[in-house]
Amino acid sequence: MITRRRTFGAVVVVIVALLPLVANPYQVDVLTQAASYALFAVGLNVVVGLAGLLDLGYVAFWAIGAYSMAIFSGSGPLQFANLTPWAVLPIGVLAAMTAGVVLGFPVLRLRGDYLAIVTLGFGEIIRITASNLDGITGGAVGIASIPHPQIGSYNFGSSPTPYFYLALVILCVAVFLFGNLNRSRIGRAWVAIREDEVAAEAMGINTFRLKLWAFAIGASTAGAAGVINASRINFVSPSSFQIIMSILVLCMVVLGGMGSMTGPIVGAAAIVIIPEALRNYVPSGVRFMVFGAVLVVMMIFRPQGLIPSRRVAAEQHGVGVADEEKAAT
Amino acid sequence: MPSCLTSELPFRIVGGLSSGGVYALIAIGYTIVYGVLQLINFAHSEVFMSGVLAGSLFLGAFIPSGGSGSPWLLVAAVIPAMLTSGILAVTIERVAYRPLRRRGAPRLAYLISAIGMSLFLQYTVQVWRGVNPEDFPTTIIPVAWLHVGNVSVFNTDVIIIVAALVMVFALETFVRRTKTGRALRAVAQDAEAAALMGVDIDRIIMVTFFIGGLLAGFAGLLFGMNFGRTQWNIGFLPGIKAFTAAVLGGIGSIRGALAGGLLLGLMENVSAGCFGTQWRDVVAFVLLVGVLMLRPTGIFGEKTG
Repeated sequence: MITRRRTFGAVVVVIVALLPLVANPYQVDVLTQAASYALFAVGLNVVVGLAGLLDLGYVAFWAIGAYSMAIFSGSGPLQFANLTPWAVLPIGVLAAMTAGVVLGFPVLRLRGDYLAIVTLGFGEIIRITASNLDGITGGAVGIASIPHPQIGSYNFGSSPTPYFYLALVILCVAVFLFGNLNRSRIGRAWVAIREDEVAAEAMGINTFRLKLWAFAIGASTAGAAGVINASRINFVSPSSFQIIMSILVLCMVVLGGMGSMTGPIVGAAAIVIIPEALRNYVPSGVRFMVFGAVLVVMMIFRPQGLIPSRRVAAEQHGVGVADEEKAAT
Repeated sequence: MPSCLTSELPFRIVGGLSSGGVYALIAIGYTIVYGVLQLINFAHSEVFMSGVLAGSLFLGAFIPSGGSGSPWLLVAAVIPAMLTSGILAVTIERVAYRPLRRRGAPRLAYLISAIGMSLFLQYTVQVWRGVNPEDFPTTIIPVAWLHVGNVSVFNTDVIIIVAALVMVFALETFVRRTKTGRALRAVAQDAEAAALMGVDIDRIIMVTFFIGGLLAGFAGLLFGMNFGRTQWNIGFLPGIKAFTAAVLGGIGSIRGALAGGLLLGLMENVSAGCFGTQWRDVVAFVLLVGVLMLRPTGIFGEKTG
């Protein structure tokens, strides 16, 4: 079963990898965006889909990755370090991960609803701080001329194709790792926490530590995505880290299927490519209206998403759901 | 000592209480819904926004743009603003929450549904009214009664504080004295037992959302009067701050929401004086994280009813 799925997955990856050969530069650019959002969504999926924690400030970790890239490459007002993008990558990942742990530590002991709002607040703190600390982050103007990555003497430059492959490689690695994690003891523990935290705790699961893990993994994925994205568009500014970005990525995860490995990727592709195709016909406001409606409709009629994970589908249909909520109806 | 803690302080306090009064009115909506459903209604900030918009549209029908109208119009605008928000809150419950309740969906589903609703409402207004802010028609011209340095006490501040206190008092009386109020408290305490005693839970939930909406609409009108503008995303910040206020006071408690709102307004305004206005919003969020770390049940303790 798993080998067959892996073969199928490999075939899909090869087909997707060949796409830039037939697509025009504009289409490659859209594909690259889809791939970097997919990476972002796969990371959020670990937090929301696997561990069942609603993180609404996910964009903050992206911002931390992006600003690490800008600052440590010496492009910012501080002009120090002058590291290459490859050297910044681990720094950005580590910084985002640290932020995830620092934020998770106080709030992961609380109920899920609080987590949602605290992460929302955290996202705003990061954004406002970034736009106020002019001497470090360049303030509202942001930081420009961030270097592109280089392999040997080959510079990635501003053409989207190399970034597409880079994102694709990282995406494959992430899916492979998270998929294994999901099938491991840790993944099963996450299911238990998602289903019934009290029971999970009673079964000897260290729920706090596992939630913190999910949080840190999600944050570091976003950090990596942030570093790569910043060096692709070689520019960061606080306005790219609005709250709507977190919600958009949540939309991708929910639409594709929470807890499923391929779902969020499909969700990201759909949410990037469909509006792009309709760009000339539908104003952007209507687009977000539709996304909002999609979230509500999905929760009512198809909470498991387009490509559901079987486990999540069973849960969402009310098998083994806390009785208090049933009692409330 | 910096002037924000000395000569300016009394004026900062009045300004803080005035924004705190608005937060408190919104916070009550979060808190009473939480009381009966143990659910944070994330779409509540859009309920508030609809109140600002309804007030603005109503006043705009009588007041030519750029002109100003009689304060009595503002009093009349209370009705459309409150009703719009109340009805919207009930609609949100029917569309986004009730189907999930029937299915016994997990908590995460409610949160996502609420976020979706909030996004949908914001962008509906954006598409309808445009991206840019619109003027909120002037009825009461803000007059500074006292000045010190760059801070003043405005008549509008005083109106807001008094109006907010009156509303909270009216709600407290309703919850304590009426039969519906008692049913509401019963559902908050133990929904199952209340149902067995013949309380129609669906009705009580609707009433709860409606009351929360009414107060948010009222807050919206006060906010519009004070702020002078309305925009599709105007609900976001007051919404999240009101939530902070509700947590600060102890979510589930009406008095807690009032105290939390006033306290948050105060701290925000005083610290804005000390650190600069650009940090104002950060203060609120840091306070939220801090309270959750040190005392997650709030000042008055988490309770229901």
